[in-house]
Amino acid sequence: MRYLPHTSEDIDLMLKAVGADCLDDLFSTIPNDCLSKDDLALPEALTEWELDSHMSTLSGAMAVSPDYKVFMGAGSYEHYIPASVSYLLGRSEFVTSYTPYHPEVSQGTLQAIYEYQTLAARLLGMEVATASHYDGATALAESLLMAVRVTKKGKVAVSSLIHPFYRQVVRTYFEPTGYEVIELPYLKNGLTDIDGLDELNDLAAVAVQSPNFFGCIENLKEIGEKVHNKEALFITCFTEALSYGLLKNPGSQDADIVCGEGQSLGIPRSFGGPALGMLASRKKYMRSLPGRLVGQTKDLDGKRGFVLTLATREQHIRREKATSNICTNNSLCALAAAIYMASVGGTGIKKLAELNHDRAEYLKQELKKAGFRISFESPTFNEFVVEFPEGFDLVYDRLLKKKIVAGLPLSIYYPELVNHYLLCVTETMSKNDMDALVLEVKS
Amino acid sequence: MKELIGTTGLILNEPLLWEKGKKGRCGYSLPGRDVESFPLDNELTGEGPDFPDLSEVDVVRHYTRLSQWNFGVDTGMYPLGSCTMKYSPKTNERQAGLSGFAGAHPLLPSDFSQGTLRIMFELEQYLAEITGLDAVTLQPAAGAHGELTGMLVIHAYHKNRGAQRSKILVPDTAHGTNPATATLCNYRSIQVNSNEDGILSVESVADVMDEDTAGIMLTNPNTLGLFEENIRQIAEIVHSKGGIVYCDGANLNAVMGIVKMGKIGVDVMHLNLHKTFSTPHGGGGPGSGPVCVKKHLEPFLPVPRVVEEEGRFRLSYNYPQSIGKVQAFHGNIGVMIKAYSYIRSMGPKDLKKASRLAVLNANYIKESLKDTLHLAYDRPCMHECVFSDEKQKDDNVTTLDMAKRLMDYGFHPPTVYFPLVVHGAIMIEPTETESKEDIDKFIEAFKAIANEAKENPDLLHDAPCKSKVRRLDEVSAARKPCLTG
Amino acid sequence: MKEISELNLPADLRYAEDHEWAKLEDDKVRVGLDDYAQDQLGDIVFVELPKVGDTFNKGEVFATVESVKAVSECYMPVSGEIVSVNNSLEESPELVNKSPYGDGWFVVINPGNPSEMDTLMTNETCLKKLKGTE
Repeated sequence: MRYLPHTSEDIDLMLKAVGADCLDDLFSTIPNDCLSKDDLALPEALTEWELDSHMSTLSGAMAVSPDYKVFMGAGSYEHYIPASVSYLLGRSEFVTSYTPYHPEVSQGTLQAIYEYQTLAARLLGMEVATASHYDGATALAESLLMAVRVTKKGKVAVSSLIHPFYRQVVRTYFEPTGYEVIELPYLKNGLTDIDGLDELNDLAAVAVQSPNFFGCIENLKEIGEKVHNKEALFITCFTEALSYGLLKNPGSQDADIVCGEGQSLGIPRSFGGPALGMLASRKKYMRSLPGRLVGQTKDLDGKRGFVLTLATREQHIRREKATSNICTNNSLCALAAAIYMASVGGTGIKKLAELNHDRAEYLKQELKKAGFRISFESPTFNEFVVEFPEGFDLVYDRLLKKKIVAGLPLSIYYPELVNHYLLCVTETMSKNDMDALVLEVKS
Repeated sequence: MKELIGTTGLILNEPLLWEKGKKGRCGYSLPGRDVESFPLDNELTGEGPDFPDLSEVDVVRHYTRLSQWNFGVDTGMYPLGSCTMKYSPKTNERQAGLSGFAGAHPLLPSDFSQGTLRIMFELEQYLAEITGLDAVTLQPAAGAHGELTGMLVIHAYHKNRGAQRSKILVPDTAHGTNPATATLCNYRSIQVNSNEDGILSVESVADVMDEDTAGIMLTNPNTLGLFEENIRQIAEIVHSKGGIVYCDGANLNAVMGIVKMGKIGVDVMHLNLHKTFSTPHGGGGPGSGPVCVKKHLEPFLPVPRVVEEEGRFRLSYNYPQSIGKVQAFHGNIGVMIKAYSYIRSMGPKDLKKASRLAVLNANYIKESLKDTLHLAYDRPCMHECVFSDEKQKDDNVTTLDMAKRLMDYGFHPPTVYFPLVVHGAIMIEPTETESKEDIDKFIEAFKAIANEAKENPDLLHDAPCKSKVRRLDEVSAARKPCLTG
Repeated sequence: MKEISELNLPADLRYAEDHEWAKLEDDKVRVGLDDYAQDQLGDIVFVELPKVGDTFNKGEVFATVESVKAVSECYMPVSGEIVSVNNSLEESPELVNKSPYGDGWFVVINPGNPSEMDTLMTNETCLKKLKGTE
């Protein structure tokens, strides 16, 4: 086997050096009643070429572009990934290295992540960003727990327009803690209803997503003011990182903690994972942050270098009192995001975000012209909700056979929204693709 | 030693991204505009982030140079204990990159995602077979995340029986993630000390196990590289008081095809695909931490679950007792595809062989270095062995000094100062993918370093000297953190 | 690390088991970490102090001290209310290493039970104890 270099000669020499007669002797400390008697019931080994063939068949059974036009976002977005990004991510010095605990031989990863932290902080308008979390949902759960730690209060409020799966993850994380999670309802215009905050007291934090699950842009400044009047921390989250290429960033809207999903930044959808949890906060909460942090410093010769720092927050030192249990994070995905942000650049990201918005707007207008109702009037970024007529599910199925996925039906997540569909358009959908969709749904 | 592996070479300095570039440059091919502009209200739009503008050449050179400052498994031997830095097969990368897998939206109707669903279903079956357990979730993103998932399952199990418990037993050799996870589940960690042989004794567990204890979190083999020989009796004691046995599967590389944890008393365990199953570490992640459970814990697993009906696969949310979700979507699919490819490439015989050779390599190092370094426990080890700097005390040389000097010799240091039960611990895990010649060079290097400790200790105190930077000022980095540029 | 003989343990202070020092100043008690503790901890990077007005019993954790790779808890040598906190430690945690008995002080306590001072060790007893562990 090409990954097992030992020849029988090697094995004999090594057994001799160890003083064992055979490999079985090496397992002498394992009690007999713990040893497995049978071989593993797994399929026999495939050659590299058989594996290629097998995986090619399975890969072929997936509905992806360019064959399929998938007008779905809802936390997972299709964006073009430059060849240069994929190429650089293949460099095995990045891929096969471990967590940079020995900084002298990991300056590549450390500088790259320091750059990622900086670009992430700039994107979100915040003072400090962590080196990554698993995904937007877990980053939100960690943010809420952080707010509880900082304020020492046990109640949080979350908007019902935060991604339904994110809210589920929050509930799963909060279940054993005894802390309370309250959901804020939404208004007819597709935005969060914050009136209910007036009655709530002792809140650690209030979390709102923008653009929200319906694609609508929330009025963060107004919400933030109300939240701060309640002496709670203002947490904003997002599923579409690219939106901040165009929209006012959460930092400028007085967010205390910002968290969300960075998959749009150069990471393929890959059926949902691996993703990129982004988390940023004001500097004053730095020592309560979960996750790894890279800091700048100097070496013995005075040369600039980078190290993991503030490690006393983490599990390997603080153990049961750590700010989180996270160890392995999504470092390579953070690297992908940094390379993507560096490639698109400051000038480019604004243009790209505008293109996303304008293409989605075009589809919205065309559907309006075709007589369909846009469910919520508030401005959106690259996703919006349409109300299709009764019986549209048959049209939806017909379109599937034509290799078009006409959005995400919302009734499973919001039972009051039967026949409402969440549509997403990015720079990967052309005008022709959108015209084709409109034609099909009209007929 | 004739020629050392570690040598100097011309690598280049490279500034930070925002110290380069020029306004107006772009490293991205902006798609053409085929729709009109629909400007948003000024109230909503911002200036855009302050990113540098770089050309594609700027970006490629930047990251190519940075990569050359890193030492990876592809560079050389990386014997980090309990991390299993085995070789990451390149065919795995090819499979995960296939466009059908990489481009798929997670909420596609199941008829349109049969390829990935099949891989998930089969991988679950393989992991169940390897662990000897009954049901699997692939949703957790990493080992610690798997630990959290497992502990949440335990918490839900006790809640379901109407008897919530407040404590959990954690051995003194446990990885820091274990007690940190316990806290997240509102459990108080009760430490159980290992005996003089480095393993848990039945009495020490019996002393503390009661009906307010949710269970025990063990690691087997443990972080000293030793098999927890008393595991069956320990499991019995925990079960007799209604507790659950959790196994941290980080060290599974020692016993694949040799021991099935589910058959020796374990109820729930997590696996690290980025350790045992060869997926690359990526400079800190992403990983994948599937959790395998016994039948009676299956109802509590996160949703959705992959179900098979007449050869077709779909995702089901129909599990009313589920703990919910631990990630937004279905887990780190890209990582799972690599692990799946590994298992299909190795087959049952070579998976078992891998464990046997991993154990052989570790014992070979143990025997070869036990006169040079102080061996913490002079007993047969599994896939890793633990030494300390006891013998170098008189030379005024520490574990850290030896670790830093190893870099100059062309090796990544082993794990140091963990587990905490050994003062100045040096935990070496070669893995099965290291050849005898490379291991011999590693042994030679360590012997040379021990010699230098006696004859010229400053070489160690000043090490490393061949790397791009020398020892870094971690004190200032912590006193005055500078986390963004 | 220092040899026992090199340690500085002033005679006019009292010492707790975990190496906090206590000094009677009129009716208040000033507290800090002794020379042995700061030497063992190495370069201190961060000190987390309580707030003025917080009260603790003798033996309760009132502060934590961090080096790069470790965290240590500090226990109240006597019970009482915190009346003053050394804010300079936020900017300059290294004061604990450089001047453990001077500028590196932690808090001033209004003691609830002044007789608790008598339960603390003199510098001689403290030294004897350290030699015993040697």
